[in-house]
Amino acid sequence: MTKYKMAATFARVKEEDKKVFTAYIMAGDGGLHTLKETILLLEDAGVTVVELGIPFSDPVADGPVIQEAGKRALAEKVTLQGVLAELASFKDDISIPVVIMTYANPVFKLGAETFADQCAAAGVSGVIIPDVPIEEETEFKESLTKHDIALIRFVTLTSSDERIDETVDGAEGFIYAVTVNGITGARAGFAGDLSAHLARITEKSPVPVLAGFGVSSKEQAETLGTACDGVIVGSKIVSLLHEGRGHEIKELVPGKIGVK
Amino acid sequence: MSNVYNQPDAKGHYGEYGGRYVPETLMRAVKELEEAYESAMVDESFLAELNHYLTDYVGRENPLYFAENLTKEAGGAKIYLKREDLNHTGAHKINNTIGQALLTVRMGKRKVVAETGAGQHGVATATVCALLNLDCVIFMGEEDIRRQELNVFRMELLGARVESVSQGSGTLKDAVNEALRYWVTNVEDTHYIMGSVLGPHPFPQIVRDFQAVIGNETKRQLQEKEGRLPDAVVACIGGGSNAMGMFYPFIEDESVKMYGVEASGSGVDTDKHAASMTMGSVGVLHGSKMYLLQDEAGQIQEAHSISAGLDYPGVGPEHSFLKDSGRVIYEHITDEEALEGFKMLTKTEGIIPALESSHAIAYALKLAKTMKEDEIIAICLSGRGDKDVAQIKERFEREGQK
Repeated sequence: MTKYKMAATFARVKEEDKKVFTAYIMAGDGGLHTLKETILLLEDAGVTVVELGIPFSDPVADGPVIQEAGKRALAEKVTLQGVLAELASFKDDISIPVVIMTYANPVFKLGAETFADQCAAAGVSGVIIPDVPIEEETEFKESLTKHDIALIRFVTLTSSDERIDETVDGAEGFIYAVTVNGITGARAGFAGDLSAHLARITEKSPVPVLAGFGVSSKEQAETLGTACDGVIVGSKIVSLLHEGRGHEIKELVPGKIGVK
Repeated sequence: MSNVYNQPDAKGHYGEYGGRYVPETLMRAVKELEEAYESAMVDESFLAELNHYLTDYVGRENPLYFAENLTKEAGGAKIYLKREDLNHTGAHKINNTIGQALLTVRMGKRKVVAETGAGQHGVATATVCALLNLDCVIFMGEEDIRRQELNVFRMELLGARVESVSQGSGTLKDAVNEALRYWVTNVEDTHYIMGSVLGPHPFPQIVRDFQAVIGNETKRQLQEKEGRLPDAVVACIGGGSNAMGMFYPFIEDESVKMYGVEASGSGVDTDKHAASMTMGSVGVLHGSKMYLLQDEAGQIQEAHSISAGLDYPGVGPEHSFLKDSGRVIYEHITDEEALEGFKMLTKTEGIIPALESSHAIAYALKLAKTMKEDEIIAICLSGRGDKDVAQIKERFEREGQK
């Protein structure tokens, strides 16, 4: 699956009068053998895209829930290469686009080219590297582009108008719009001007804009969805899966726009 | 001159190293810092203020001391010690924290966050925050808090809030992670005072430039005393700030050999060391590309050293560049050897060095023996050992019981 396929999925969701719902999971939390089953569960729950997190020893962008999940996965000896091989083994059995979220170092260690080749073999649509801003993209982007895999960019609350323009120019896959200054994890509320901020990015962006960090309820997903193209939910889903409450994930996914 | 040195490039790269590998939320802050720094360094009034504090508060310039007894003991080159241990707060760290605290004020921020390992950088940061009335939060691993209880108390006396970090192994690397997370969350009104030549650009450059006072003074003082350049300079390396400060002013002086001394803990043939240059490979951590201790999957490994200040699994990007270029030679010294260096300097000169600096002493003693009597070594004595005596006492007692 490529970035084009992910774009087709986004188009279909739009036609159905829905918003994109991206679910983040930590690869190998609970063992890598559960990965296929978990992805199928997300498909059934109505999730649009799976963001598959790779555990890392020093996850500076993540809050406690995802840090702990990463530690559990590392204890299972989960590696980037291992995850991509597992994903490749069942890629034809899933229809949902998969985006890999990994810190830069595991990719750098594996080699950007090998990484892109293995992502392609695993049917990956996009890649998110939270510690790689536009300035450092080049070494990762070249080989991903060869395989039509999107390197997804971030816009944050600290992004100036000029920076937003720079980011959306040449953006691929979707824009990851960070909704708070901070790290991943559930929050009760957002700043009042967030909707305007999201709407401004959405207006400028050639690709869908998905809001993430701190989104943990269906209500938040619905509200944020009115200002952009959808949401990314992470810590909440990681917690539900860890607690054996995966069946509740479908309750987080909003239905048709305006229909409760 | 053919050997003009002009690192980093405009985007903060030292060859393939360095850069800005940080979450997008921080990009604005690091760019703001870059602008503030560039304008400050050409602003006479900023430089005058910095100089005033370095002179009247830090106590510079500090001596370049000819260690005659140590020289005789080694039996070779003349050994000079650059006495950073005589600075206010007892180490080179304050050269950087005073500079960055003044930058904080210049950027209109009133809050500071920093990480600390042994507590030296934490104390130096808390000190300048007390001086300039800035709010100060210091992240410190819970294991380090236990080992360096008195430094925690010092920071608190100075008005800082010390946050315990229990994630990971509860040491310096984890404290940096947590300080970065705090900075991302409070970036609008908070400056991160990075303690070493690490982190995203422009930190490695800023810290180097503020520490370059070490090498600049050494050069001038040796010129006065001996009328020439040293043949070798030696400094210990954790992240590498005292070494970078010592080396930088000598980089274009081809005749000066430079030695960076890493901590090899229990030995590089064990898994308990901090020799990122000798045993590591290139990777990305805490905002910068550099040599790191990591496993085959790119997970960062724990560093080990008797000296908490060298207990970091990476080494600054400019050192990584200088290793590859061959301009600096990187060596390593074990815990045992460092303790020998510690004892030797204490007994021969009546100077108790920090365990970090003891690594440089131990290596310089080896090096001096291979050099002629009319040659000169300048060692950066980066800090004093008061903070380490309790730990050393415990170790000697334990070994005595064996």
